[in-house]
Amino acid sequence: MLTFENLTLKQGDFALRGDLSIPLGKITALMGPSGAGKSTFLAAIAGFFALEAGRIDFDGHHIEDLAPAMRPVSILFQDNNLFPHLTVSQNVGLGLRPVVKLTPIEQQQVANILADVGLSGLGDRKPSALSGGQQSRAALARVLIAARPIVLLDEPFAALGPGLKDEMLDLVKAQLNTRTVIMVTHDPADAKRIADAVCLVADGTVSKPTVTADIFANPPQALRDYLGDMG
Amino acid sequence: MALSTFTIKTRWPSGIAAGLVLVVTFGTLGAVILRADFSAGLGAADWAAVRFTVTQALVSAALSCILAIPVARALSRRAFRGRSVLITLLGAPFLLPVVVAVFGILAVFGRGGIVNSALDWAGLPQVSIYGFQGVILGHVFFNLPLVTRLILQGWLAIPSERFRLAASLDGSVSQLLERPMLRQVLPGAFLVVFLISLTSFAVALTLGGGPRATTVELAIYQALRFDFDLGRAAMLALVQFGLCVGAGTFVWRFGAPNAFGIGLDRRIERWDGHAWLDGICIGLAALFLILPLGMVVLRGVPGLLDLPADIWWAAGRSLLVATASATLCMALALALALRGGPMVAIIGVLPLAASSLVIGTGLFLIIYPVMNPTKLALLVTTLTNATLALPFVLRAIGPSVDAVKADFGRLGATLGLSPAVWIRHIMLPRLRRPIGFGAGLAAALSMGDLGVITLFAGDGGETLPLAMYRLMGAYKMEAAASAALVLLGLSLALFWICDQGGRTNVDL
Repeated sequence: MLTFENLTLKQGDFALRGDLSIPLGKITALMGPSGAGKSTFLAAIAGFFALEAGRIDFDGHHIEDLAPAMRPVSILFQDNNLFPHLTVSQNVGLGLRPVVKLTPIEQQQVANILADVGLSGLGDRKPSALSGGQQSRAALARVLIAARPIVLLDEPFAALGPGLKDEMLDLVKAQLNTRTVIMVTHDPADAKRIADAVCLVADGTVSKPTVTADIFANPPQALRDYLGDMG
Repeated sequence: MALSTFTIKTRWPSGIAAGLVLVVTFGTLGAVILRADFSAGLGAADWAAVRFTVTQALVSAALSCILAIPVARALSRRAFRGRSVLITLLGAPFLLPVVVAVFGILAVFGRGGIVNSALDWAGLPQVSIYGFQGVILGHVFFNLPLVTRLILQGWLAIPSERFRLAASLDGSVSQLLERPMLRQVLPGAFLVVFLISLTSFAVALTLGGGPRATTVELAIYQALRFDFDLGRAAMLALVQFGLCVGAGTFVWRFGAPNAFGIGLDRRIERWDGHAWLDGICIGLAALFLILPLGMVVLRGVPGLLDLPADIWWAAGRSLLVATASATLCMALALALALRGGPMVAIIGVLPLAASSLVIGTGLFLIIYPVMNPTKLALLVTTLTNATLALPFVLRAIGPSVDAVKADFGRLGATLGLSPAVWIRHIMLPRLRRPIGFGAGLAAALSMGDLGVITLFAGDGGETLPLAMYRLMGAYKMEAAASAALVLLGLSLALFWICDQGGRTNVDL
């Protein structure tokens, strides 16, 4: 389990609390109004946001004091997931080892991962020479090769069209099936498509995960407020 | 939810850089304080120098601001061929060696210049350029374009909807939009020009002089160079330092404006003003800028091949100093910018309040007891130039460093990039453009510098600006003109090469 004990995040007037456990090896969606703290919650897990109080326990180890690079966490941001001046291979390779030059064996690993996400032969290109969907795939390839057990998705596919976004979500489900995925989304369709469970982030609280089908069948008031007529 | 930026930090390079800046600014000041001789106090001549320094700086700043208002207004609302070239040209005086500009100004306004020839022809008495009016003219030449650019930025920062609103209401653009904008822009611009004029040495050296037009910096130079009165030079250096700190504090509190704004090419759609009036403003400003430079080229070309060999040697020394100084300046700026934070910001603006003559006096006092200062002339010039260019270079690269941190700091941290990989493979490639621009700036500034070198240089190791100044002093005007042309060409070429180097093959 990925467990949050008395988690408290504070910045100015903003405060977010959580006392919950997220099942390992599943996909959990975070939903809630903008400004409620979904991204801040991910930032706290990834190590960019110091906790005011509480603990984060992964598989029996406390991780809240570790540096970002030492945490069992990969993260994809909304944008700037690829360094524009490095090739696709170099970008993906950074997930394997944080250097720009890899050994031939490592380069082969990168090529294999690129094939897995459908980018065979595009490794020498710069990100600007890829389409938006291909850029998302390259970023995902780096997460795959990094092989860290927790994957945080902070709406990395938000800028893609609906078709491409669904394609990426399906790729996430297929490729990350053994990882613990926590994804921020504001589209209930995304959650219904791939998430096993949903956590509501609203009113200063991260709620406990509820099975996706259940929460949409019987939405709590906060979710109903957020969804409006969409639900 | 705004989140604090997460970055990979490096400590010791910024520590060394900060230390060096502090030594050059405050360390030299310490040497000056220890040596200053207050027994004689400030004499009448010294007070006159203080008064002249402040007065000319005030007048220069006021004139530059007043004249820039109609020029910027005209430029902001008129489209014409060559507009973007003219706007680029407005940025050029910053890179222009002062002696070169002074030579051009003399060719237009000096004895036997265009203006006096015209007066002669009309049977009117000649005007002399030397003294108060010359110093003012020189400073306005350098700062009118700067203030024009600053005000132009102010115009462009006004959303176009407001102009449409003013036009549809039939309201006065001047009252509704221009005055509030000027109230924001002008105080900062005035203070910057005041500070620049307060610390400008070469203009006073070449166009001022005499008991009635001596600045404090010029007095320092004369005390050190002609009277070899170290105590008095040190005391005057303290006075100059006091003036600079006073003005610098003001600038810092008001926030120095950034003159390197991009996108000044845009023109605002406007429905007011007279085309002929705007045309006259733009035409006069362009003439005021272009004529002196044109004269440098015109007079410089004929003697270019007859230049004595020692001028070419001086050019070589200047290139060496400029390259070394730009490299050092860039290293300092990168070390400080990568560290970031408020302390670094303060250290970055310190040199703005320092003057090259005060630093020079301090270094002279430190070196003199140990060895012959002329032997270190080029080294001292390199170090001083690098320090004095630092605030400008930091302004050029700082925002880009912050942008890379904001965009990629977290990604770098989560990937576990080491500081070496982060700087070498992420920061530097992403900063190529501002680094090229900043290095070009530092190189051109150093290439044209006529400051601290005047205190140190002997007969041999002179730089090109000093050699040119000495040619002018010896009334070898033809050779001086050619040297000016070489200096102008080299300064602009250095800037161009660095700036272009940063622009090619960049993946943005």
